[in-house]
Amino acid sequence: MNRLLVILLVCVALPASAQDARKSGFAFMGPDTQAMQTDDLANPGMLSVLEGEALWNAKAGTSQKSCAACHGDAPQSMKGVATRYPAFDDTTQAPLDLAGRILQCRTERQGALAFQREGRELLALTSYVGHQSRNMTIAPSQDTRLAAARAQGAALYSTRVGQLNFSCAQCHDDNAGGHLGAAPIPQAHPTGYPLYRLEWQSLGSLQRRFRNCLSGMRAEPIPAGSADAIALELFLMDRAAGMKLETPAVRP
Amino acid sequence: MARALINVPQKAKRGEIIEIKTLMSHPMETGFRTGLDGQLVPRDIIEQFVCTYNGEVVFSAHLYPAITANPFLSFTTIAADSGTLVFSWTDNKGETQVQTASIQVE
Ligand code: HEC
Ligand code: HEC
Repeated sequence: MNRLLVILLVCVALPASAQDARKSGFAFMGPDTQAMQTDDLANPGMLSVLEGEALWNAKAGTSQKSCAACHGDAPQSMKGVATRYPAFDDTTQAPLDLAGRILQCRTERQGALAFQREGRELLALTSYVGHQSRNMTIAPSQDTRLAAARAQGAALYSTRVGQLNFSCAQCHDDNAGGHLGAAPIPQAHPTGYPLYRLEWQSLGSLQRRFRNCLSGMRAEPIPAGSADAIALELFLMDRAAGMKLETPAVRP
Repeated sequence: MARALINVPQKAKRGEIIEIKTLMSHPMETGFRTGLDGQLVPRDIIEQFVCTYNGEVVFSAHLYPAITANPFLSFTTIAADSGTLVFSWTDNKGETQVQTASIQVE
């Protein structure tokens, strides 16, 4: 009876775990780098989260309002927000990433000078907002108006480009788990952004990561905040639906 | 403008060895790199880090340009008395930042 139960349990349990072969970049890192990410007092990304918290509470712009003045406590109001971005923006009638949404609030609602796209402040605020969704599962927006951008992202991911004539998929689908030089090739899941990359010695966005891979492919980099970059982000978030957010992650 | 994450156990037994961890937010710009305009980016590094425990230096370090941005330092000391740990780091322009933490020793 007991043995039967065990066999039954194994049968039930196996397909569930074997089904999801997706792994966060975390799984491809050495134990030291993993420990650095999981210890909030050793994770340098937490310094940006702290800076983001200070910015969240600081008055700015012609409105002299802080983010907190409208949104209250971020741990409540921003919980889960990062799991469903990029989202469709009604005012611009286009997909918008989380950093873009924050910029929009900053310029239009706070009446303050725009932050630079990949600048320190915007990264800090984005990591602070993203951090409120840590350990929550990615739940992409179901807005049908995003379909065209999603398809565009899928095409960007699978089309060969650049002087080396590579596509993202060739490395991250066909050769994930292999190595490029000494670096393990991860599956390119956007679960940890903005994240602290040891090679960058700083926090960086997913879109910076795209430019990093594109320049390795000797292809033209996609500008941050462009429609192409947001489309690619949208596709990757979809591909990682159900995986857990780690913001701020650490990567080699 | 440096910030730091400092981890000191809030309580310890007298004579116990305690671990202290500090993570400083700092670019540690080497002074050897050129910017987009081809000009050298000026050096901006922490040169000295000191930790005192009730006024006595328990750990200090000199830092150099080859050290990573956002340096993480961890060290141990012996819990002697309740009191204050003062952490200070000085950059190459001579500016010093200070942060403190308290510990209760039973
Ligand atoms: C030649 C192989 C190769 C190609 C082509 C490539 N990448 Fe990468 N990618 C890598 C490697 C290797 C890493 C890990 C780098 C490291 O850890 O040092 C990586 C990392 C990433 C990550 C980070 C994942 C994480 O855990 O944070 C993302 C996202 C990513 N790539 C997306 C892309 C996209 C999008 C493209 C196409 C525009 C692309 N890559 C093309 C090799 C490649
Ligand atoms: C004057 C009030 C106001 C201020 C100040 C403000 N926001 Fe907003 N924010 C809003 C409103 C209203 C919305 C909803 C917009 C919508 O749904 O189209 C919003 C939406 C957002 C969203 C998206 C939430 C979601 O559920 O999709 C984020 C993220 C955000 N704000 C971040 C910020 C940050 C960061 C700041 C400070 C830099 C800030 N906001 C300042 C009013 C404000």
